[in-house]
Amino acid sequence: MTSEFATIQLLNGVSYGLLLFMLSSGLTLIFSMMGVLNFAHTSFYMLGAYLAYTISGVVGFWPALVIAPLVVGGLGAVFERYSLRKVHKWGHVPELLVTFGLSYLILELVQLIWGRSTVPYGLPVQLQGPLFTLYGTQFPKSRSFIMLVSLVMLASVWLLLTRTRIGLLIQAALTHPHMVEALGHNVPRVFMLVFGGGCALAGLAGVIGGNTYVTEPAMAGSVGSIIFVVVVVGGMGSLAGAFLASLLIGVVQTFAVALDHSMASVLKDTAMAITPDSFIYPLASLTISQVAPILPYLFLVLILIFRPKGLLGTRED
Amino acid sequence: MAGNNKAFYSFEPINVGRYVIWSLFALVLAVAPLLFTSSLALTMLSQIGYLIIILLSYNILLGQGGMLSFGHAVYVGLGSFVAIHAMNLAAKGAIPVPLVLIPVVGGLAGMFFAALFGFVTTKKSGTTFAMITLGIGELVASMALMFPGFFGGEGGITTNRVYGAKFLGLDFGPQIQVYYLVAVYCFLCTAGMYAFTGTPLGRILNAVRDNPERVEFVGYNTQRVRYLAFIVAGFFAGIGGGLAAINFEIVNAVDSLSGIRSGGYLLFAFLGGAVFFFGPIIGAVLLVFASILLSELSKAWLLYLGLAFLFMVMYAPGGVASLIMMNLRVAHFGKLRRLWVSYLALAGTALAMVLGLAAVVEMIYHIQLNSALGPVVPFMGAKLNTQSPDTWVGAVFVVLTGAGLFEVTRRGFKQQWDMIQEDIEREIKRREAA
Repeated sequence: MTSEFATIQLLNGVSYGLLLFMLSSGLTLIFSMMGVLNFAHTSFYMLGAYLAYTISGVVGFWPALVIAPLVVGGLGAVFERYSLRKVHKWGHVPELLVTFGLSYLILELVQLIWGRSTVPYGLPVQLQGPLFTLYGTQFPKSRSFIMLVSLVMLASVWLLLTRTRIGLLIQAALTHPHMVEALGHNVPRVFMLVFGGGCALAGLAGVIGGNTYVTEPAMAGSVGSIIFVVVVVGGMGSLAGAFLASLLIGVVQTFAVALDHSMASVLKDTAMAITPDSFIYPLASLTISQVAPILPYLFLVLILIFRPKGLLGTRED
Repeated sequence: MAGNNKAFYSFEPINVGRYVIWSLFALVLAVAPLLFTSSLALTMLSQIGYLIIILLSYNILLGQGGMLSFGHAVYVGLGSFVAIHAMNLAAKGAIPVPLVLIPVVGGLAGMFFAALFGFVTTKKSGTTFAMITLGIGELVASMALMFPGFFGGEGGITTNRVYGAKFLGLDFGPQIQVYYLVAVYCFLCTAGMYAFTGTPLGRILNAVRDNPERVEFVGYNTQRVRYLAFIVAGFFAGIGGGLAAINFEIVNAVDSLSGIRSGGYLLFAFLGGAVFFFGPIIGAVLLVFASILLSELSKAWLLYLGLAFLFMVMYAPGGVASLIMMNLRVAHFGKLRRLWVSYLALAGTALAMVLGLAAVVEMIYHIQLNSALGPVVPFMGAKLNTQSPDTWVGAVFVVLTGAGLFEVTRRGFKQQWDMIQEDIEREIKRREAA
């Protein structure tokens, strides 16, 4: 592996990891505030991408970058107000079920409105082309834009939560909802804002992820299970853990898909060479890139066996 | 029942209701193919048979253990794969397993994999459990594609169920014989799972669902209880998978291990009713009707399904079974007569709303997919023109009118319903006092 390949892959991995973090941060926020695992979170991500595609066709990409997440956040808040709040009294499993139902609904509605195939959601002119060229390998502007947006978002969410009045209120509502309510604040409305905010973050990820990668009905499902892995590996409800796990999984996956080595090819010239008629050959001949799709899940299983509360988690249940 | 070594005489009244219900269940299973003789009906009945086993096994987790699993297709699917390999081996004469025992092989496989994966998944409960089952499901589904030798890659593995010596003169070639094999297994497994709910493990599983903290204090290890229940569920899921393999003679990893399949089991077990033992049986019937008939009728069937599911979670979290039981209670107190007018009104307005909505959805789908075929959509005998604004306005008008009237009748119905429930409560108190 050459060093330029490693650098570019590392940058690609970090940008993918930061995109994962934009998704998992919203999920983690909602989960740690309300205890709700939003199964439809990546459906809001998909919705963000499709809405941005339509809106940018009318007013251009840059206004869409602001409008689409706001619309998605509004839809999330409406869903919280009229559906999720109704099942809140029955506990967390019905809450999870109602978001599960929503994920079916959003998928079907997206297919109904935008069709079942890929939509041509392209990059704006300003983001096309490479940002810089390193030893002959290019690093695209769009990926660096993802990194920029997610870092800005991380900073602003952190400032919002720790430095503003509403942020303090949210933190208080998380630990002492009854006390906050007794002080005259509308806690259900705070929850609605948090849910809408988390969905807006997913929508934002969709706006910039949709044109960097592909905008298609399968996009929600393809990242859906990965971000659940991120949240569990990082530790349920831990924002810092989600950050670490997103980067880790992003980098590992990006490196893995580019590597064509297998156990058999590595051991080929040694004394322990594995021949095609050996019974472990089907296992040993798998290349790392073939194994790449399952690496996050393997990681999940290993974490659960050796550190059940996740990398930076504090909850034991 | 009284043991000989007991010093006292004990008497247990025969539970007539239970005998009647189980006999009826057996009768329905036996008679159904005689009433519905078409080959489509027979296929559907066979599918309902093994889906009852699968959904009931799923309900051991969801309904009885409070464990929301997103990866149940893994145990069903792996059961199918092992069963199909066992059939192929037995046909070659490598192992002496007759076809009637193949589902048990599938069951043992399901049990083995549940013991393997369940060790990791049941470490947690609640929402974390749900996420881990999702992850394990994805892990197995993508791993299956890496080992085409065992899983047959994209094409899957095929087999022939007619092999070896005949069993009581049956070779299980015709679908009707397969149906009866499924039916016998369905009855036995349903009885087995019902018996499981009464065992100490089944009872403590309910306690773990309702109050895990207290169960820990009493001295049980909740993780162990969940693990054991998971293994039991895996066993029955594998039996269902084995029967599916016999029924179709093909298993495909892309389809049978997928998260979509797991989601379907969850959806219909819940729609049927997870809080009652018999709920998933209704769910299995709904699943087959939805996936065979509804999917023929409309391309947007998943949309309707998602909507139905969403409203069910919001307004009737006990599923269809709970609706039946609530009305049975009302009927038991002789008050159902007061409700039938409201039911008629609710059904009428809901029908108007659904028809209007369906017309809109079908027209949009038509524009999406078949606009080359011209602007006219055939819909319930009528012809809708997608280019004329009249049809759109008309359809939306029907939706809005239906929704408005539905809301009005619903409010009236709710008042009436609450009043009846109060009456019933009072009646119960009066009887207790008497």
